[in-house]
Amino acid sequence: MTPELESAVREICAAHDRDPLRLMDILRAVQQRCGSISSPIIARIAAELRIPRVRVESTATFYAFFTAQPTGRIVIRVCNDVIDELQGGQRVLAAFEQELGIRVGETTPDGLITLTETACIGMCDQAPAALVNDVVVTRLSTDRAREIVQALRANPDPKALVTRLGDGNNGHALVGAMVENNLRYAEPAYVFSPLARGVALSKAVAMSPAEIIRAVKVSRLRGRGGAGFPTGMKWEFARAAPGDRKFIVCNADEGEPGTFKDRVILTECPDRVFAGMTIAGYAIGAAEGVLYLRAEYAYLRAFLEDVLARRRAEGLLGQSVAGKAGFNFDIRIQMGAGAYICGEETALLNSCEGLRGDPRNRPPFPAQRGYLGCPTVVNNVETLCKVVKIIQDGPAAFAEHGSAGSSGTKLLSISGDCKRPGVYEVAFGVTLRHVLELCGAEDAAAVQVGGPSGQLVPRSQYDRKICYDDLATGGSVMVFGPQRDLVHVVRRYLDFFAEESCGYCTPCRVGTRLLIERLAHIQAGRGSPDDLAYLEELGQTIKLTSRCGLGQTAANPVLTSLKNFPEVWAGRVRARSNGHQPGFDLSTAVGAAELIVGRRSAHAHAAS
Amino acid sequence: MSQKIELTIDGREISAVPGQTILSAAEEAGVYIPRLCHLKGLTPHGSCRICTVLVNGRPQSACTQPVAPGMLVENDTPKVNGLRRNLLDMLFVEGNHFCMFCEKSGNCELQALAYRFGITAPKYPYMFPQRTLDASHPDILIERNRCILCGRCVRASQELDGKHAFDFIGRGAHKRLHVNAEARLADTDAAVEDRAVAACPVGSLLRKRVGYALPVGRRAYDHQPIGSEISAAAPQG
Ligand SMILES: Cc1cc2nc3c(=O)[nH]c(=O)nc-3n(C[C@H](O)[C@H](O)[C@H](O)COP(=O)(O)O)c2cc1C
Ligand code: SF4
Ligand code: SF4
Ligand code: FES
Ligand code: FES
Repeated sequence: MTPELESAVREICAAHDRDPLRLMDILRAVQQRCGSISSPIIARIAAELRIPRVRVESTATFYAFFTAQPTGRIVIRVCNDVIDELQGGQRVLAAFEQELGIRVGETTPDGLITLTETACIGMCDQAPAALVNDVVVTRLSTDRAREIVQALRANPDPKALVTRLGDGNNGHALVGAMVENNLRYAEPAYVFSPLARGVALSKAVAMSPAEIIRAVKVSRLRGRGGAGFPTGMKWEFARAAPGDRKFIVCNADEGEPGTFKDRVILTECPDRVFAGMTIAGYAIGAAEGVLYLRAEYAYLRAFLEDVLARRRAEGLLGQSVAGKAGFNFDIRIQMGAGAYICGEETALLNSCEGLRGDPRNRPPFPAQRGYLGCPTVVNNVETLCKVVKIIQDGPAAFAEHGSAGSSGTKLLSISGDCKRPGVYEVAFGVTLRHVLELCGAEDAAAVQVGGPSGQLVPRSQYDRKICYDDLATGGSVMVFGPQRDLVHVVRRYLDFFAEESCGYCTPCRVGTRLLIERLAHIQAGRGSPDDLAYLEELGQTIKLTSRCGLGQTAANPVLTSLKNFPEVWAGRVRARSNGHQPGFDLSTAVGAAELIVGRRSAHAHAAS
Repeated sequence: MSQKIELTIDGREISAVPGQTILSAAEEAGVYIPRLCHLKGLTPHGSCRICTVLVNGRPQSACTQPVAPGMLVENDTPKVNGLRRNLLDMLFVEGNHFCMFCEKSGNCELQALAYRFGITAPKYPYMFPQRTLDASHPDILIERNRCILCGRCVRASQELDGKHAFDFIGRGAHKRLHVNAEARLADTDAAVEDRAVAACPVGSLLRKRVGYALPVGRRAYDHQPIGSEISAAAPQG
């Protein structure tokens, strides 16, 4: 390690008070400044923080945005999700490779540009998309990919790639992104409705915490992050939990492929999100809030920090918030570093503490022991927005909308084969058919509702309702037209889960890879009917024995498509009459041996 | 005295104390719940999932789940044991386990569980991963081909030895056991008498020069299936 590098690392550690709890920020800063987190750097950080080096390495090797190998000054991360692929993502990636003269995973010889793939970056409504360092580039084409490389070679400043600005606050000086909101439809408009600043918060601090919790309970608000836990009850637990120090954490990890509504909320109504956090803090007796922002949304950070600063200046954060003596509350932003699992609330808390993003054992639940062991409420971005509206207009007005078991509205992120992808706000209980009409996807052959962890719904079930009791969703709705190969779609979702598994527990770490092995087999035309029963049983094992929501839902693409699209699967397998063992491919099995002896086996290619 | 909690495991009523896990309550009552990543005296890990039981029909890991009044626990049933068999299969194919050449044979908990569950060969395809071996330490060997990522050594080192000789690095399929040094165990403060070394359930963390000292027939699981001592201690009547 050069002396300059060493002093840079020292400096970064000192700037973060040599605090192991801030290891994520330290590693982010080091990665940015030094281009990698190499072994000597790990040793240096460990020495500065006075913690075991393997503990630093443990965190550093967990997150996709940290690398042990040096990267170029610019890293291009092309989204490889299935939605991007449908819009030509693979061709875009190939164009990048060609123009750069390197393969995915490599760096140009001059050390300028590294090319990699990444999971959904939350831009599915303007796919194919990529990140160039923190700069988002959308609606890519092969031509555009070539232009981007040429532009970067001429001027290695990714910011210069933004030649046109998106709508709304994407054009704000502190955002300056080409991202579009694609806000299509809001009926009734709850989140994207005009709201006077500070009104709800003033109203809240005039109430007692117990009254606020009661209002949230009366509204029957349930979490919008996917699991749908009643928000009022969660707050009540945290309020009742013993402890002087409590936390509100806003989950802005938004990693579920096909979800991007939180991105639009953070762009257009960050004040509402922060007001929701503040009200929640008042309700449970917390003085500190953390917004966990996924690394992919780093382009929004300066803008959000500015909103926080403004709120502090206006007395909406800090001491005696909104004039309420004794109510002190402030919010900080914690950045992630590329890990879908960190959307899981306990993994998120570990990440906030500078640890690997492994989920924790439950109980204890975060409301009992969360961040730093203190009672913590973790809520989704949209949930917190809803709270503001509930306090402002009263719970009855909120509960008026929606269905019996699911009150209020839901933001949907719609992408894929439809005419109008984007963000839609609808009342719970709406039929999928209606949603498909809204977005212009009447010919959809299949719809994945709830992201890869949700379910693949066939045409015959489009009259099902979007709500917690039927088609539950954190917001992701991905549409597939009749021309799409659903087995391929399932395979890509499985690839995603296997890639994003934290690896803590056996079924998820191993089982997802076993599912992929057998899917690949079927895709190669070698599947037999037994393989479908095998997939079903393996999938059930993963579902029933996994430790967290990722593993518990990872087999859903396989399981729900086997159930809802039996004909698709049946068409991809065939019974064997020759007595060959299903799942065994002789040609592949002897492939390596053939290479060694330098000739082909007579038996291997005779019958299969 | 703290209050007793009554629950049912496989139709048998047992009583437990608040704060106890299902696994330890069952054990005290002479009911064996299979486990791999759990070792008495260490913080429960909940990673192998072999201890999965159905609680009122819902799956839970018995080593981490506290008891609650009136729980109906399914442990030794065809469905639950089927899940466990699949998990054991996964652990076998994920690594490179050659029992016949392993000095832990007969003392290995993974192997013993496979015997208990009647597994002669895994039904899943082997993955044949490339794993490294670390023989740098004078007295300890790490044979990662057999590591099942249970974390017993990691916790024992921290919680019992007061060290941090081991931890996991990497995510998902890339997760590996690593040592508190750039690469070699020899460069850490690990010592052969560390509880971490004895904590390994398989032949991954081994003391050197004692392999095969105990002949076949006198090894831990040669005569009785793993867990027999727990069921044997069941209160009579
Ligand atoms: C693998 C996984 C990923 C998740 N990702 C997110 C996410 O990106 N955003 C989110 O709000 N919740 C996510 N969740 C759900 C959270 O764990 C948690 O339930 C939620 O943040 C609670 O907020 P809510 O009650 O307001 O919905 C995820 C859960 C799992 C299992
Ligand atoms: S289910 Fe997957 S993501 Fe969740 S703990 Fe297990 S390995 Fe990690
Ligand atoms: S070395 Fe042994 S104790 Fe440590 S994680 Fe691997 S299998 Fe478990
Ligand atoms: S941005 Fe590519 S799928 Fe979401
Ligand atoms: S023993 Fe409970 S999960 Fe391993």
